[in-house]
Amino acid sequence: MAFEWLTGTSLPQFWKNYVALFDDEKDGLKRYVVFDMETTGLDFKEDVVLAVGAIAVKGNAIEVGDFLEVNIKQEKFETQSIARSGILKDDNEKVVEAEGMIRFINFIKDSTLVGHNVNLDIEMINQALKRLDLGRIKNPVMDTNVLYSRFKGLPDDTQSTLDELCDALKIDKSERHTAWGNAYTTALVFLKLKRKLRIS
Amino acid sequence: MNNPVAQGIADFLKHYPPFSSLAPADLFYIATQSKVVYLEKNQVLFRGGDTTHPDFYIVKDGAVGLSLTSDAEETLIDKCDEGDILGLRPFFAKNDYLMTARAREESIIYGIPIAAFQTYVKENPSVLEFLLESFASQTRNPYDKERSGKLLAENTVFSDQVADIQYFQPIKYTRNPITANPEDVVMFIAKTMANGSIGSVIIQQDQLPVGIITDRDLRSKIATGILPITAEAREVMTSPVITVPDNISVAEAQMIMLKHNVGHLCVTRDGTDNTPVSGIISEHDVVAAQANTPGVLLKQTRRATNNKELKYVREKLTDLIQNSIDKNIPISHISNIVAEINIALTRRAIELAVEKIGSLPPVRFVWVNIGSQGRKEQLLMTDQDNALVFEDVEPAQYETVKRYFLELAELVTDSLNKVGYEFSPYNIMARNPQWCKSLTDWIKQYNAWINTPAEKDIEISTLFFDFDFIYGYPAIEDTLTETIKQNIERNKKFFAFLANDTLKNPPPLGFFRQFLVEGDGEHKDYFDIKARALEPLIDAARLLALSMGVTEITNTYHRFKKLAELEPQHTDLYDECAEAFNILQHFRTEEGLVNSSNGRYLNLNELSKVDKVKLKNCFQPISDIQDLIKNRFSLTYIN
Repeated sequence: MAFEWLTGTSLPQFWKNYVALFDDEKDGLKRYVVFDMETTGLDFKEDVVLAVGAIAVKGNAIEVGDFLEVNIKQEKFETQSIARSGILKDDNEKVVEAEGMIRFINFIKDSTLVGHNVNLDIEMINQALKRLDLGRIKNPVMDTNVLYSRFKGLPDDTQSTLDELCDALKIDKSERHTAWGNAYTTALVFLKLKRKLRIS
Repeated sequence: MNNPVAQGIADFLKHYPPFSSLAPADLFYIATQSKVVYLEKNQVLFRGGDTTHPDFYIVKDGAVGLSLTSDAEETLIDKCDEGDILGLRPFFAKNDYLMTARAREESIIYGIPIAAFQTYVKENPSVLEFLLESFASQTRNPYDKERSGKLLAENTVFSDQVADIQYFQPIKYTRNPITANPEDVVMFIAKTMANGSIGSVIIQQDQLPVGIITDRDLRSKIATGILPITAEAREVMTSPVITVPDNISVAEAQMIMLKHNVGHLCVTRDGTDNTPVSGIISEHDVVAAQANTPGVLLKQTRRATNNKELKYVREKLTDLIQNSIDKNIPISHISNIVAEINIALTRRAIELAVEKIGSLPPVRFVWVNIGSQGRKEQLLMTDQDNALVFEDVEPAQYETVKRYFLELAELVTDSLNKVGYEFSPYNIMARNPQWCKSLTDWIKQYNAWINTPAEKDIEISTLFFDFDFIYGYPAIEDTLTETIKQNIERNKKFFAFLANDTLKNPPPLGFFRQFLVEGDGEHKDYFDIKARALEPLIDAARLLALSMGVTEITNTYHRFKKLAELEPQHTDLYDECAEAFNILQHFRTEEGLVNSSNGRYLNLNELSKVDKVKLKNCFQPISDIQDLIKNRFSLTYIN
């Protein structure tokens, strides 16, 4: 079996490596990972992750080469969500959920995670990790929705969609439709807010 | 690995040079190495004086301005928008950024690592050429430039090759350099260095190099008091000395100097310190080998000992102008450089003439360039117009003193003539007794021009209001300028005549917006760019500047810029005039270089459609500024 740790008590090597990263002090430019996920729905208990797109931000720039895209094989097939998320063609390599999570964890390392309405996404990942008998995500998290409210001086519980943010910040929305496109667009939103809010 | 973000960037890049000439796979690779940078409005990407970044940039959205900062004032040089590249300096120069890049609006730009791009530059000459041109001009897209004929384009390639070859040719250096022994006292070595004006002495023992003493050693070890002036060379010298074989190229020499952080290399027979010294290479040799740079030309001018050497500099200067024009360097920058070298040439000619006469001038004097030289607008070889002012002397001495200066002026103008500046057709030169006189006589002369302006006199006198004091005693200059300034203040009559003179040349477009060309004579059907376009602007700038009391600026472009500052209500018009002047100068210079002429007459049939439109666009400001002059000086009352 490929995932022996599922039955045993010992943790897999990639998870040990991941946890160990948080022990060291870091210097140099802080790495942020902006990500977005396509899911089968909004219920983190029932629904699963279909695709993850993630890209790194350092300083005032998106690091184009520091990029991850994972498409996850589904046992359950739900036509509705397929139609919605647009993952129809099978030209991308698909992996099982466990492999997808390994790649994601290896990619994010100890960076700060950034997403739009990120809590749901984090919870989906935590559920996926739980299915692998692993702990929860340890990374610090930032939400562009919250950052935007802070920048505009709106009440903390204001909900703005990514589209609304793009319009307000004059960001091109043409790449949205896929996980990676949303991640990239969110990264642009984050770059602007980061500069405006003077986040290091 | 699949990376749609990088793919998107590659798809963007392929539309713009130099990326358009690269293969899709290469573009994708470059895109994966790139960064997406966001700039807030007015955010600075890099500042002049900053260490260079590892990336250069291409604008995706928005606009980034490039500006030069001098005297705490930022001058916008260029604006880069979608598809324009910037920050190329690290490709070509090791030192810091010269210009400041600042976002003029919210911008997204891609940063591309120079290290990743370098291989494609080496493999692809067209990429290199594009980058070189962009770097030189910082115009947005050198491919847009309307080339004036194929010949010029071929010339460019040719001259580039020459420069490349020069760089890889063996370097010229000083053979049989001055050497000393390790036991020699450093004071005597310093004296030898001072007498020979050299920067270094090689220390040798049994004919083998063991060390070197340079200015740097004297500065850091003797002048600081660490070692006494009576120390022996062995204590002071830097050892071992870096040795090289005698056939190394300019490029290698430069590389070795950079690597070891030294300014001098010792040449030995086999390149090691086990064979005798045969020469020394200094940083100056490296610079001089790369020729044709303004700094080197200035240096060569100062070191010239005869007319022939001065003439050589002037010829090199023409090459420099040609190269600068090809590389789209702004005409006002070229004019500045050329003016500096012209001035240095004249200064040197004066110094050489004084040496030739054998006795120092009896009193203090100033040498004045007038006309186009006085305005620092002389790009091609045109006439010399100059004058000489000497201090007041006792009437008894007047004739002797004047004779000395006439002789001096004759020598100087002769040698300038040999260098390539034609004699003034109207004999407006310091060798003419009329234009070589004492300060009091000059003040009288200016008073006559200003207070009793007759039509004929005005014709000549306008030249004399574009003056540049280039050699001599500053107090004379100040007195003269002050007199002029006081006299012209609110002198309606003077300005009315000057304005009348200015309007003699009507704007160069006919009723149907066709060009007015020469009707007869040798240049029939040619367009006289000097008389019909440049002179109206020059005259207008002079008149308006003088009427505002601006006497210290004589350059037409700078006069308009100053006026734009002084009269905010007309800023746009003055800026347009300044711009039009530069474009017209550019036309004239290119024409002059192609035909080895003074560029005065343009053959309209040889101009491209775009050039014609560009030329016509320069005429509107001429017409507008003439209207302004008509109204301001109420000319309707005079005629």
